[in-house]
Amino acid sequence: MVQFHLPKNSKIDKGKTHNKPVGKRFNIYRFNPEKKENPKMDTFYLDDSKSGQMVLDALIAIKDDIDPSLTFRKSCREGICGSCSMNINGVNTLACTKSLKDISGDINIYPLPHMPVIKDLVPDLKNAYKQYNSITPWLKSNSKPRNNSERIQSQKDRSKLDGLIECIMCFCCSTSCPSYWWNGQKKKNDYLGPATLLSAYRWVMDSRDDSTSDRLKQLNNSMSLFRCHTIMNCTNSCPKGLNPAKAIAEIKKKVAFNKN
Amino acid sequence: MGFNSKKNQIMKNKNRPLSPHLQIYKPQITSILSISHRFTGVILYLSTFLVSLWLFCTAFNSNLKIILNNFLFSHLGQVVLFFISLSFTYHLLNGLRHIIWDFGYGFNIKNVYLTGFVIIFLTLTINIYIWFF
Repeated sequence: MVQFHLPKNSKIDKGKTHNKPVGKRFNIYRFNPEKKENPKMDTFYLDDSKSGQMVLDALIAIKDDIDPSLTFRKSCREGICGSCSMNINGVNTLACTKSLKDISGDINIYPLPHMPVIKDLVPDLKNAYKQYNSITPWLKSNSKPRNNSERIQSQKDRSKLDGLIECIMCFCCSTSCPSYWWNGQKKKNDYLGPATLLSAYRWVMDSRDDSTSDRLKQLNNSMSLFRCHTIMNCTNSCPKGLNPAKAIAEIKKKVAFNKN
Repeated sequence: MGFNSKKNQIMKNKNRPLSPHLQIYKPQITSILSISHRFTGVILYLSTFLVSLWLFCTAFNSNLKIILNNFLFSHLGQVVLFFISLSFTYHLLNGLRHIIWDFGYGFNIKNVYLTGFVIIFLTLTINIYIWFF
């Protein structure tokens, strides 16, 4: 049964305000695994003329100047690594590509929704990676490449992968999907979520791959693929402007017409 | 006990809170229209009992039909019927939207918003037309 409420240990308490109210107000989700406390919302104030222009810059400034224990993932700071995905003012996105100027008023920052939290803004993505692994995201071919060199693909076939290979696995889409919230973390046979299904479609579409039929067969059950109800939150949140919902619809079509 | 020892890991896992979801995610036209589709579907399912009861009364029991008609023409009955017709038009139009999606069209986020607003507009217009003209 769907659980709409947060479990007891996940209810969010009021946190503390760390500094004087000067500049923009940041309400940030905090959880410390070393203390036996519930998660809480801490408040920080930051003059954004002093930090860079993105939300990630502000988080780094807070960590540097106010509270060094603030924990979040980051790496490339230019929207290509997918580490700093989080929920900013209600929508999942990358902190490094979300401009502070686009946000008027308070900035509320939470970890990716409906995930186990390791610390502060760091969610446990183990299950998501396991699901990604389950679709065998690698080339499976029956033939050996000619002359021991690369496998050749026509430009037309290559263009079919555009909009699929750009995915950076930040899981903004999967964790924005209500169906993934309710069906994504089942013990066995769960809904794979938009990020993993976009990748599945990427391998289904690859002209060099020979296991298309097996891939489609694997998805043809009530959970893995068909728990997508075309809610479209995924496409709405993708920070790379990709369209997982469209990819899922195309897989559904392919599964329906797959003869083997 | 080391940080990576099995017992420690299990205890840590158990303690992990679930990050907030429905509570904090911004309601958007995408999710709102989707849950409305489910909701109106439930209303339509329930309303089939009313429709079949009315048909049954019409065929077999004229006394009960009078009572039922009295209810349906009362204020409360009219409100119930209004919501049923609202649900019917919305569910039908959004269903068409879903069929178009199932054929692989209209997935551009701009089109999703456009068709979303179009069906809201049509639902309201059709129902205002049915009930007030």
